[in-house]
Amino acid sequence: MATEKRDKEEEEVKTDDGSLKIKPRPIVQLGIFLVAHSPVFSVVFSAAGVLALLILPLLAKNTYISENALMPGSARSMLSNRDVSDGSKLVKDIKNYRLNHEGQGVEVQKLIGKYMSEMGAEVYYQKFHPEGNQFHPLHFFSGPDSYTLLDNVSCASYGVNVAGIIRAPRGDGKESIVLVTPYDFINGGDYEALSLGITGTLFSLLARVTWLSKDIIWLVADSRYGDYRPVAAWLTEYHSPSFKDSDLLKCGELNTADKFRRAGTMAAALVLKVDGRSERFEDTLSIYAEASNGQMPNLDLINVVNYLAVHRQGFYVKVEKVVSLLSSSWLKIIGEIFEAVGKLAHTLNPDWNFGIPTADYLEGSATLASSLYSQALGIPTGPHGAFRDYQVDAITLKVSPRFPPDSKTRQHDFFLRGAKLLEGTIRSVNNLLEKFHQSFFLYLLTSPSKFISVGVYMIAFALLVASLPMVAASLYIDGCKALNNSTLNPAGNFKSWKWLDAAKQVFALHLFGLIVTLLPYFICQVPGQHSPSNRSIMWGTTSSSLLLITFATIPGCSPFSSRRHGTNWAVLKSVTISAAFIGLCLMSIINFATAEIGALLLVPTCLIVQPIKPALRSRRIKSLLGAFCSMVLLTIGFPVMLFAISKGLFGEGLVGLSLGGEFWTWLESLWAWKSATYLYIGMVHLPCWLLCLCILFHPS
Amino acid sequence: MASLVRSWIPLLILQSFLVAVAFGSKEAEQFSEALLLKPLPDRKVLAHFHFENRAPPSNSHGRHHHLFPKAISQLVQKFRVKEMELSFTQGRWNHEHWGGFDPLSSMNAKPVGVELWAVFDVPQSQVDTSWKNLTHALSGLFCASINFLESSTSYAAPTWGFGTNSDKLRYGSLPREAVCTENLTPWLKLLPCRDKDGISALMNRPSVYRGFYHSQRLHLSTVESGQEGLGSGIVLEQTLTVVLQPETTSVETNMQPSWSLSSLFGRKVVGSCVLAKSSNVYLQLEGRLGHESKNVDTEIEAHKLWKNADFDLSLKPDRVLRESSGLLFIFDIDKSSDSEPFDLGLNWKLPSKWSCQQAPLQASRFLMGSGNERGAIAILLKATESQEKLPGRELTDGRCTIKANIFQIFPWYIKVYYHTLQIFVDQQQKTDSEVLKKINVSPSTDKVSSGMLEMMLELPCEVKSAAISIEYDKGFLHIDEYPPDANQGFDIPSALISFPSHHASLDFQEELSKSPLLSSFKEKSLVRSYTEVLLVPLTTPDFSMPYNVITITCTIFALYFGSLLNVLRRRIGEEERFLKSQAGKKTGGVKQLLLRLTAKIRGRPIEAPSSESPAAESSFLSTKLIFKIILIAGAAAAWQYFSTDK
Repeated sequence: MATEKRDKEEEEVKTDDGSLKIKPRPIVQLGIFLVAHSPVFSVVFSAAGVLALLILPLLAKNTYISENALMPGSARSMLSNRDVSDGSKLVKDIKNYRLNHEGQGVEVQKLIGKYMSEMGAEVYYQKFHPEGNQFHPLHFFSGPDSYTLLDNVSCASYGVNVAGIIRAPRGDGKESIVLVTPYDFINGGDYEALSLGITGTLFSLLARVTWLSKDIIWLVADSRYGDYRPVAAWLTEYHSPSFKDSDLLKCGELNTADKFRRAGTMAAALVLKVDGRSERFEDTLSIYAEASNGQMPNLDLINVVNYLAVHRQGFYVKVEKVVSLLSSSWLKIIGEIFEAVGKLAHTLNPDWNFGIPTADYLEGSATLASSLYSQALGIPTGPHGAFRDYQVDAITLKVSPRFPPDSKTRQHDFFLRGAKLLEGTIRSVNNLLEKFHQSFFLYLLTSPSKFISVGVYMIAFALLVASLPMVAASLYIDGCKALNNSTLNPAGNFKSWKWLDAAKQVFALHLFGLIVTLLPYFICQVPGQHSPSNRSIMWGTTSSSLLLITFATIPGCSPFSSRRHGTNWAVLKSVTISAAFIGLCLMSIINFATAEIGALLLVPTCLIVQPIKPALRSRRIKSLLGAFCSMVLLTIGFPVMLFAISKGLFGEGLVGLSLGGEFWTWLESLWAWKSATYLYIGMVHLPCWLLCLCILFHPS
Repeated sequence: MASLVRSWIPLLILQSFLVAVAFGSKEAEQFSEALLLKPLPDRKVLAHFHFENRAPPSNSHGRHHHLFPKAISQLVQKFRVKEMELSFTQGRWNHEHWGGFDPLSSMNAKPVGVELWAVFDVPQSQVDTSWKNLTHALSGLFCASINFLESSTSYAAPTWGFGTNSDKLRYGSLPREAVCTENLTPWLKLLPCRDKDGISALMNRPSVYRGFYHSQRLHLSTVESGQEGLGSGIVLEQTLTVVLQPETTSVETNMQPSWSLSSLFGRKVVGSCVLAKSSNVYLQLEGRLGHESKNVDTEIEAHKLWKNADFDLSLKPDRVLRESSGLLFIFDIDKSSDSEPFDLGLNWKLPSKWSCQQAPLQASRFLMGSGNERGAIAILLKATESQEKLPGRELTDGRCTIKANIFQIFPWYIKVYYHTLQIFVDQQQKTDSEVLKKINVSPSTDKVSSGMLEMMLELPCEVKSAAISIEYDKGFLHIDEYPPDANQGFDIPSALISFPSHHASLDFQEELSKSPLLSSFKEKSLVRSYTEVLLVPLTTPDFSMPYNVITITCTIFALYFGSLLNVLRRRIGEEERFLKSQAGKKTGGVKQLLLRLTAKIRGRPIEAPSSESPAAESSFLSTKLIFKIILIAGAAAAWQYFSTDK
């Protein structure tokens, strides 16, 4: 921001021809200095930005409980064997029923409902329709309650959630805590049923304790149609019910009309899943926290769970990481360098303890990369994402037991420990008088107990984008000079408007980007069933024809137009860089991780790109190298290419020709989740990439 | 002398008593105590303490009280209170299991926190002043923050929605008030025997506050004597309703737990309060109709009522009353003594199940929407199972209808848009004219007064559900208007749903006993229920933010005034001339260099002659600058090293 200001002032100095200023102010001097040496500084700043990103795992701080009222683990657990046997009985009943009966029905739900009401909870069932999210361009940033209900609902497919509410005995019913266990009532495996066992055990305890001050809601979500959808449907019904008549209520024999119950404002939500067998010796607990558009729950919630899981129940806690990075040699080398530097610093001053072992560095970087990627993608990593839309802090806990699901003896211990963990967490949240607000909301995790706050991680981004305005100003001056020299324009008084032509081109391409962004909506409206590949081909062809039309209709826009119309490439690049700068800064407010990754890609491309023709003509090694670099960067920068590379990086294989189709599906998921990353790709990344292409093939 | 005084004292006392009898009222002050016990269908026990204190109409001059608390009578006289009710409640009344259509629940199911309403007997212009003074007086009397009701943003003046039609009525509630012993002690002080003797001796604090629900209520009303020169009498009714969970050892879930007074309260009754005119314990059993027989005259039949296959009582009831839905056992505790304490117990032998009578519609209220900008409040009325059986249906234009009044106060920061009121009956949206019979709205004024909504709905009898939704915007508060713990959210007080055509009363088949508790049950009381308190999360600032704001504001001010002063003070022309002459004298140097640099950037030829090449100059500058930077960095590192090494 400061640099931008400097630029403005610096421009003022230039455009003011009236009287020669002899002594510019120091800040202006600094600006002039930076602009004059912009190539050096841009390289330094970009390199520093990348370095700052790499150094982040070293700067991670240990997490701490910020809200004193939470007091995790201070109360003794009240769980007894009776509760565990209640939970085990529930699991056994469900398993037996599933063995003996086949088919659709809602009997399993009723079984769980019966268990809940025996515990003394208020039980109800909720029907929902599996399809909810439809892409609509106008609803992109609007709240979750705005999507319209489907009018003609068919009874062919619908899910049924069960929910039970324990009223706090002496509470005032203003707040509630939500427990969610997704369970597929038709195809759910044995591991999934264990999550019901843990929650059932806990529910049995909570029904008789007197310390509750917030109501407890246990939602068994019908995960037949995915984990997210039932939870989102339940939340929609909870927060914005439609009082109108719905056909869905009449489906099936279960009457759910007017049965929905509520329990006040939600304080926090925990989603519990049990899946697969742990590869480690201990039971593994994975924490998923990212909600839509990189929103995170309050760090205190993760802290409480992590503290209780590690220090009380002895789980091995982990957060997701990019596994392929763990074995990458370049990262290992960087880690070793950092370790060596850290050791050196330690010998110089024993207080400087920033060095960490290479293994820790690798782990941290892999976790950080995953954290950045999940936030940047803007797609929630679990059903907890649905809660974030209603400002409820929520996380998903995925537990992997170390025993096979049919081991009865281990199961008892597993239920006890899992329920103790949840009991402790609920007790902490129950202690809260205020909602979560003390700790961080903007952070990246490098391990379950280490985080990087916004104040630290934004430095990398600031350094990366700082070079953009400098280079833009310097290029603008160069461009003006070149333009003055080449065409002795008689209309000298319009000198300051030289950027207008370039701006027209930039604006035209951004407009094109907007249209391309909206195109999928219209392609979806095309009647008939189309495969994702066909749709992506449709999209590709319409987009490229639109691009050609844009080039043809707007004079001076195309890189292939005659020289007379063409703008000076330096001015064009300057305006492009300014546009990229503005786009990145805006995106950093909406979703920081997207902006960070976007800056990593866009900034070097924008800085390095130069017309290829003069470089080829000059045949100097330096220019050829520059041209080659810009070609490579531009190839990587193409969104489809980027998608393919990220797929490769995350270890997911590509099925050759279906790239277009997969890309389409990926984008579809982005807009279905209302991810701002989609808008960023369409409206910032794509136009800037095209503009860089224009500069590369500029006929100068 | 001393003996003289000693002999005079009894005389004086006697005289004063005679005077009181002669000049006082025709009837003396009366105090009565009663305890009603009632097993609830969800294995809990309700205990309802009822104390009534009557001060008959009398001459207001030189008035003395024997039993009636002086504090209350002073309150009534000073603020000219016609009727008043104050309740302290913790926990929620469970309308589903604890009933909603009997006098007990319609009078004692109160909203969480403190609720106060009062009708004054003063000119209209003085009502608000009296209310404010009353809140302060009560605040002191009951050790509670009732004085927060003084602010005009927290109370309202309901016209007809509250059930009492008066334009001198004021109503306010504090949902966040925590209720504890400090409120109970002053309440007990109003009783002649306090909690030392009689039924009130049962109020063991730990057991009372261990309950699922407790509500202490104080209701006073003045009775006009109708005679000239005679003041008005006061009836003070104090009730404490507790719902307790008897401790059981049996694991059977469908078996009702057995209990006794000592197991519930940890104490026993050892005799009545000697000042009480009557002191009775009642046990109400609902759903005991199966044992009904036409005559209970025979001793065996009567005995069967309290000792049978289902349950037995540890004590023989003095009387048994029958009412429409159950039995009422009456015990007189006068006979009990220290050696033989009164310890009533109920022992269940067989699993027993019954259900309470419920209000025609069950109300629940919730918030809709998300975000910090706007939302909606919805009130959902659901038909209960007992709806068809209830009396009180009305036929208007040949249609059977149920009337429901809704009374709701909105704090000013909930800016309600009354035009967004939507009513759905059985999932069909209805226009206002179809179901809305009466509506009275007084909009809120920001930071001045709260909003109020009174509606009378006329729903068809066969209604299954009705929903009312109204949208609001969330307001912004000034930084110093936030209460402590602002991040919890803000409360919207309970809405009151009442059914004006439904009245609850107990209908005894035998002749009425003179007990005040039973006569109050026999009176027809309006069926009403309170909804939940809602918690609205409002935008709360980061409360450390003011310091940041102050810092930023100061910086901006400094920059602004600094540059303004610069502009006003400096004479640019003079300075330029001076600098030019300086430049003429001295070539080289940083200024010259910068001049050249700007010239270079602008692409204009350098005017001044130069001895060195610009490149050399700039490189000279860079080395100098780099040297300076290195020097400073070195100094900083050295300082860091030496300062931390110690």
